[in-house]
Amino acid sequence: MFKIFEPNKIFIITSRAPKYVLILFIMVISIGLVEALFLSPEDYKQGHSVRIMYVHVPAAWISLGIFSSITLLSVSGYIFKNKNFFLIAKSFAPSGLLFNIIALVTGSIWGKPTWGSWWAWDARITSMLILAIFYLMYLVAWRMYENKDQVLRVTTIITIFGIVNVPIIKYSVDWWNTLHQPASINLLSKSSIHTSMLFPLFIMTAAFTLFSLLIFLMKYNTELIKIKNKGLDRL
Amino acid sequence: MITEIFYMNGYGIYVWTSFFFTLLSFITLYVIIKVQYTKERNRFISKYGALDSKKAETARSQKINKEILSSGQSI
Repeated sequence: MFKIFEPNKIFIITSRAPKYVLILFIMVISIGLVEALFLSPEDYKQGHSVRIMYVHVPAAWISLGIFSSITLLSVSGYIFKNKNFFLIAKSFAPSGLLFNIIALVTGSIWGKPTWGSWWAWDARITSMLILAIFYLMYLVAWRMYENKDQVLRVTTIITIFGIVNVPIIKYSVDWWNTLHQPASINLLSKSSIHTSMLFPLFIMTAAFTLFSLLIFLMKYNTELIKIKNKGLDRL
Repeated sequence: MITEIFYMNGYGIYVWTSFFFTLLSFITLYVIIKVQYTKERNRFISKYGALDSKKAETARSQKINKEILSSGQSI
């Protein structure tokens, strides 16, 4: 059923794709940076500090998306007994953690001029910090356990517990009184953000997605070569 | 004009720090993953080169091994 996910077949694509993804990423991020830093307008309330949104929001979106994908892949790997799903999940994790850290740090920097504080134990910020802890636990588990079956079981359990936090992050602004404003972009209804700001936001999201794809491809290739190295030892 | 771009009505320090931190994080992660990749690939090449003719024959029969050997300049 999942023959398409066989490492031998995937490697032919994944080993050649990074250079093209890197070129595309540089092109898209260059446009995104010009749009975000120079061409987009300042906010009538927040002034130029609104530009931090163009790195903060895409980073938060992608870190949530990656964690959800890791959970889906880990659970699917367990159900369908496909170890390559775990390998794909593991390769996504470094960029997921990086985007989570970027969201926390840039959020903290944005908080100072907007709320007058670098940090607040607000529901959204705290739940994002918990997500970072889950990412760390996931990555540490891969390093800690030598037994393959054990590591697959432990990482899956971590993702299952961690995924509970994802809807909490999403709806924290609606469920609790937080410093964060409610979502300005909604897929089902009209967004409350002007297109002049929406455009750079989507360009930066596309650039960040390409970067996570690039890191995923490089990490996945590294993991496959690592497996092949062990294979050579067994010959 | 230039001062205005950097100063951003007093918000420049926050905006530029955020963007600088993001780009620096990208470069750092890229370099870490690239180093890991190069290390593993070099290890593969040295192990592959050390195989005797019979084992090399077996290793050559796997298509993925040829791909690894030829993928050095891909990233």
